[in-house]
Amino acid sequence: MSDARAAVAAVVDPEIRVVTIEDLGILRDVEVEPGTGRVVVTITPTYTGCPAMDVIRADIRRAVTAAGHPDVEVRTVHSPAWSTDWISDAGRAKLAAAGIAPPAPVRRDGVVPLTLTVRCPRCGSPETEQLSRFGSTACKALWRCRACSEPFDTVKAL
Amino acid sequence: MNGPFAFTLALGDDALIAAQRLAEWTTRAPEMEEDIALANIALDQLGAARLLLSYAGELEGAGRDEDALAYLRDDREFRNCLLVELPNGDFAVTMAKLLLLSAYQLPLYTALSRCADERLAAIGGKARKESAYHLDHAALWVKRLGEGTPESHRRMQAGIEEVWPYVGELFAGWPQAPVDPATLRADFDEVVSAVLAEATLTVPESAWAPAGGRDGLHTEHLSYLLAEMQVLHRAHPGARW
Repeated sequence: MSDARAAVAAVVDPEIRVVTIEDLGILRDVEVEPGTGRVVVTITPTYTGCPAMDVIRADIRRAVTAAGHPDVEVRTVHSPAWSTDWISDAGRAKLAAAGIAPPAPVRRDGVVPLTLTVRCPRCGSPETEQLSRFGSTACKALWRCRACSEPFDTVKAL
Repeated sequence: MNGPFAFTLALGDDALIAAQRLAEWTTRAPEMEEDIALANIALDQLGAARLLLSYAGELEGAGRDEDALAYLRDDREFRNCLLVELPNGDFAVTMAKLLLLSAYQLPLYTALSRCADERLAAIGGKARKESAYHLDHAALWVKRLGEGTPESHRRMQAGIEEVWPYVGELFAGWPQAPVDPATLRADFDEVVSAVLAEATLTVPESAWAPAGGRDGLHTEHLSYLLAEMQVLHRAHPGARW
């Protein structure tokens, strides 16, 4: 892995600061153009209106510049559309450790999300209920554990 | 109206005006969870609007970006359907509008995701996932209110009847467009009639079918919405923060 790639991969999500953009699958590609040395970073948004994208672009530029590559281009692509299935196992573990339930796998043959039981990230109980279909960021919903009574965020399967 | 520019502009305007209307609920929704929900749906609509209007500006080739298209056009230059500019009304009217809008946008974006234009296909593929969630949310509320108390049932039925006449415009034939909305009506009817049946509501019969949004002929409501949406940008051109 090049130092440019490593620098970009370490950029954390500005709204969920326990995971990196690589963990979340937002980071699609890092290329260093031979000859010019220009670093081209390709990212994709979780949701079309995700307000964190501008900060993520600025953080990527800062990280790559600090790694010794002053010429940086950040490209945003929308196809293929981001899926929570792209969140890595490491990312899922970090989310759970921070009290955010990782998303269930997405059913591939349909566009209507299934309502699956979400396990409490604190006590592991499957006895949970949805409090709000939307949450503190575009990608999350609010749930509550009936066993330990704690409310928690979960990443909506998409 | 020809070609992908007019079509892209129309879809972008649908999403933009829907976003602005939904955002009016912020701090005013009946409960905290719904406040967050409506703001999040508005944000999704705004995200789709930005992608569509940016692309429309490129297709037009006259140097207009998303901001120029959103903030520097007058009402007669907007191409959104009338449904999205209607006032929010009570919560039932808002949910009726959201049900009809998302039941229109979901098959539209899905069909778009398979069209020949790569940019539109990418936008459709992204936005349809969000529309599916909006549809699910609206359907839950319509069923809950329809099956709730006699008063919630009465108001939900009244909400559906108030906005139903504006459905016709959504599916007017547009053969030159990358996706002809007329081909999506059956999908829409199937989804909406199933939701209304489960909600113990009846599909309204309407002979009156107002239209004109796609030609820039709007209700007076749009002008007030634009005045509020555009005033800051027009008062301080080029302002950044």
